[in-house]
Amino acid sequence: MSAAAGQPVQVVETHTPKELVRQPLVLNNRPLGWITEQVCSIVEGKMPKWWNVAFVVSFLMMLMCFGYIGYLITTGVGVWGLNHPVAWGWAIVNFVFWIGIGHAGTLISAILFLLRQKWRCSINRTAEAMTIFAVICAGIFPGIHVGRIWLAWWLFPIPNAHGIWPQFRSPLLWDVFAVSTYFTVSLLFWYMGLIPDLATIRDRLRIAGKKLNSGLDWMINRFKQFTYGFFAMGWTGSNRHWRNYEKAYLLLAGLSTPLVLSVHSIVSFDFAVSQVPGWHTTIFPPYFVAGAVFSGFGMVLTLMIPMRALFKLEEIITIRHLELMCKVIIATGSIVGYAYGMEFFIAWYGGNPYELYAFKNRAFGPYWWAYWTMISCNVISPQLFWFQWCRTSPWFIFIVSIFVNIGMWFERFVIVVTSLHRDYLPSSWGYYSPTRVDILTFVGTFGLFMTLFLLFIRYLPTIAISEAKGVTPQADPHHELGGAKPKQEGAH
Amino acid sequence: MSQPYAIIAEYDTPADIMAAAEKVRAAGYEKWDVHTPFPVHGMDDAMGLDNAKVGWFTFFGGITGLTAGMLMIYFMNKVDYDIVVGGKPLFSGFYAFPVAYEMTILLGAFGSLGGMFILNRLPRHHHPLLTNDRFAAVTDDKFFVVIECEDPAYDDVATRALLEGTDPQHIEMVEDTQ
Repeated sequence: MSAAAGQPVQVVETHTPKELVRQPLVLNNRPLGWITEQVCSIVEGKMPKWWNVAFVVSFLMMLMCFGYIGYLITTGVGVWGLNHPVAWGWAIVNFVFWIGIGHAGTLISAILFLLRQKWRCSINRTAEAMTIFAVICAGIFPGIHVGRIWLAWWLFPIPNAHGIWPQFRSPLLWDVFAVSTYFTVSLLFWYMGLIPDLATIRDRLRIAGKKLNSGLDWMINRFKQFTYGFFAMGWTGSNRHWRNYEKAYLLLAGLSTPLVLSVHSIVSFDFAVSQVPGWHTTIFPPYFVAGAVFSGFGMVLTLMIPMRALFKLEEIITIRHLELMCKVIIATGSIVGYAYGMEFFIAWYGGNPYELYAFKNRAFGPYWWAYWTMISCNVISPQLFWFQWCRTSPWFIFIVSIFVNIGMWFERFVIVVTSLHRDYLPSSWGYYSPTRVDILTFVGTFGLFMTLFLLFIRYLPTIAISEAKGVTPQADPHHELGGAKPKQEGAH
Repeated sequence: MSQPYAIIAEYDTPADIMAAAEKVRAAGYEKWDVHTPFPVHGMDDAMGLDNAKVGWFTFFGGITGLTAGMLMIYFMNKVDYDIVVGGKPLFSGFYAFPVAYEMTILLGAFGSLGGMFILNRLPRHHHPLLTNDRFAAVTDDKFFVVIECEDPAYDDVATRALLEGTDPQHIEMVEDTQ
């Protein structure tokens, strides 16, 4: 405050605050054309050897998955380990697991877009592709779980000879609409983001094709030009088009955000709307959504860390990107940990003996091993990311991301199986174990997932080229690198 | 039959094309456009474009989805196949909400994407600009101003002079070969 004599005393020296420069999203000041070249060369070039090996392995695993599904259909659900009292086993666990994986893709593409997180631009394409492929894997399980698969179309409101309609009071039917909407909207959003990049590939093919006159290379070039060009819809990068495009993108992001929150909420209603102790809890929707985002980020990191190393994309998917994703993992992992604790608290505080028994039984009953695997993978392992070294060492992040994937699968196993295996009467108690068919069908879905993902890497730009360019200083008309005149003080 | 379609000017940086767009707009052209590899921030203002109207398509898509979802469930569970399940009412907005909500989003999303296509007059696979070799770099790292010859203010000499005054890298005429 002012001095007693009335003379103001200057307490603090005036400083011009130092301007903190953010680490760039594309390293080493690469020009715009470099981004195009780096991403398109993956699609245009030959795939490395490891890709071929990985593709063959994934493809065979996928065939195994389809083979076991065929065996299931021709023989009956008895080939699975389902029996009284556990009638929802691995199929439902796998369904919730895969659908949860998808949620990170939508979070990155939609929610981070609404929050103006520019770093999403180099990871959103891959994450959205992951979403779509994960939802495909997820969609298989409820379909084959219905028993008589040839009647699965009864789930949809299609007129039939019996004159009956689906029963919309059931959350299982809400799920049909939630998951199919989720798949469709994710596909639309993904496709819309692809349009300018498909045009990039189309134009590059057109110029490359000028050098070819005839022969096989020419035919392949023409075919690719036609295909990429067809899906690029005649995009010319017109600003009048960009204006509508950006608005539509914003609206799709705005629609996908409540969608992604509703999808896993509705998946959780499959459990929460029932009366089973361990399932009948109001905490489920937010707890499921947080867990879904958590598991999805685990899978994004599992896929992206090898991809950026193998295709030399470290300057576009930087350590900073990985670090930020690790921070999302700490946040969502902690929410999940809190939910585990809160479930126990409410089981005790709610005063319902059956509820309390269900939870004690989870931690110390016959499935204690599943519960503690879940706790160590989901609650303990993400806490390592409080240390900067853990967040910035790709191989270490990769290992933790695998733990997150495992932990989140076990979470669903714990929820589904431990709540069912003790019914109210001890005569209805049982111990559920999967059969070979259960296990190998699930393993096979990873083959399906990886087959689709490898094809995506092979044929589509893995990074949203136009969006990644848009967040560089070279794209900013008010930045010197974007061609703006140097500022008056002319620092450099 | 080929006839001149437009004059195009190529620029290297977003700042250059922004300055050029302001000049072309000031000269009173109507049938002109700026083509860029990514949306350039502030270009809509530089070109004097108003707000995009895609939102109306989204809105009507969403309203249609919500209404159709509610009516469908009402018809199926209350009118055409009215059977009591678990003592619950035949129709209630609460149990119908999740499905109607998903349909709102579904049709809203189709509205957004479809609206974008309709307002942009896409798909249009045979555009004169797509035959020009230099223009192919628009999806890579070059920026173009395009003034169509059909513009009432277009003049072979004056328009070229205007574009030359904006310091472009290159100026070229594009033919319509259809």
